[in-house]
Amino acid sequence: MLAIVGTVPDLQFPLVGGQAKLQGKAIRVEGHSVPINRGTPALIAAAIKTLEAIGRPAPYVYLAGDIGLGEGSRGLYDHLVRHLPHADWGVLTFHYLQPDVDGHNRVLFAIGEMRRRPLLIADAGYMYAAKMSGMAEEYDLFTPDAGELAFLADDQAPHPFYTRGFILHEEQKVPDLIARAYRYKNAARLLLVKGKVDYVAGAQGVLAAVDQPAEEALEPIGGTGDTLTGIVSALAAGGIELKRAATLAARANRLAGCLAAPTPMTQVSDIIACVPQALAQVLEMP
Amino acid sequence: MMSGVVLKFLRRKAESAGPKKRGVDYGILVFENTSEVIRAENRLKAAGWSIRVKGPPPEIRTGCDLVIEFPLIEELAVLRALEKAGLRPLEVVPVTSPLLQPVDLFQVKDFGQFLMVRAANMKLTVDKETSLIVNVSGGGCPDIPYLAQEMVGRSLADAPEPRRIGHTLCGYALQLAYVEVRRRCLPS
Repeated sequence: MLAIVGTVPDLQFPLVGGQAKLQGKAIRVEGHSVPINRGTPALIAAAIKTLEAIGRPAPYVYLAGDIGLGEGSRGLYDHLVRHLPHADWGVLTFHYLQPDVDGHNRVLFAIGEMRRRPLLIADAGYMYAAKMSGMAEEYDLFTPDAGELAFLADDQAPHPFYTRGFILHEEQKVPDLIARAYRYKNAARLLLVKGKVDYVAGAQGVLAAVDQPAEEALEPIGGTGDTLTGIVSALAAGGIELKRAATLAARANRLAGCLAAPTPMTQVSDIIACVPQALAQVLEMP
Repeated sequence: MMSGVVLKFLRRKAESAGPKKRGVDYGILVFENTSEVIRAENRLKAAGWSIRVKGPPPEIRTGCDLVIEFPLIEELAVLRALEKAGLRPLEVVPVTSPLLQPVDLFQVKDFGQFLMVRAANMKLTVDKETSLIVNVSGGGCPDIPYLAQEMVGRSLADAPEPRRIGHTLCGYALQLAYVEVRRRCLPS
């Protein structure tokens, strides 16, 4: 089963753990609702749609309200340290949390106490913490965009904000940045790099590249990376081998974006609505 | 449709040199969180101090953080100004090694009706005709979904500034994109 860890932009949202449901354009968990406009709720919504499509149960989610001051994230780190040793997840996906190396390391130790080790996927702030801790290789998949890949490739940067200028975030440099990220041991076992071309890569280099359908208007839309992480997490939880899951997710996410006929003002909830149709097409492909 | 333009932030050449090269001893002000750093930066810059926001040295780095570099000789006056604003740094530390420089590149993409500006890992997109903020993208810190929620759908003139309600480095990067979008889209 898939478990997802993240925050929601609402200070009144308490720390909750439970199975998530999709109700219209909102996620509902343990009696609390949050809109799926972007961030972790968008990831969860895309995961739910994907799990439905492949006949799997909805994900368990660990959520807390956090608007950047870190209280919700700290509560989650503490909760995970206590809860994870007794949990049993096939895939564990970490998302929008305040980057905190100490919190990250305590959670990683707690994962080490689990009866079976889940596949570990990280994106957003938690991926930053994983890289900064020097423990990136403990993870099975990171899902950076080109800018975040440059950050992974920079052995000195503690945050994408400090990526050094000579490591430019240019799309054509992505294969070089992938190699550099692995050279400095700042990458997970696999990378799914989202961008104009989506790359699936490992320590040996680029394993697959997905560039169709191409829709330039998707770049400004907040949350399209979150949906990609949600889809790949769900496919992996459905038992699809991770490299194949990453390639299928890239295709499905691009197609869902295209089906939404986007403009730069499209919101990600409109794209999530197209995920089932996109998955139906992609999963039928050879 | 697309024109990628990369611009350097305007910065005086002398300011890009390391602390020792400028022949002045520098210190850093360490605060509890990034929102306090941003408030302190606003306060000190408004008072005319030559200060810069930087990345902390590894020994005091906790995660998503910034520090303020200032001329060490002015420590007392700087602390007094901050105290008047109700700001108290956790630590004042002399600079002994080069500090991390924030990313200093903008990328601008013109979609016709819409303009997207990227600063570091953050992208802000506006409708050029209405000045409406239509999307916020990128980032990984928890204030980004919050900032997007508060800014998207509002005009550049009415939306809250990221520096006022943001708290993290991603929020700081969004502020840089916001300033650049305003410069390009709103008459001064």
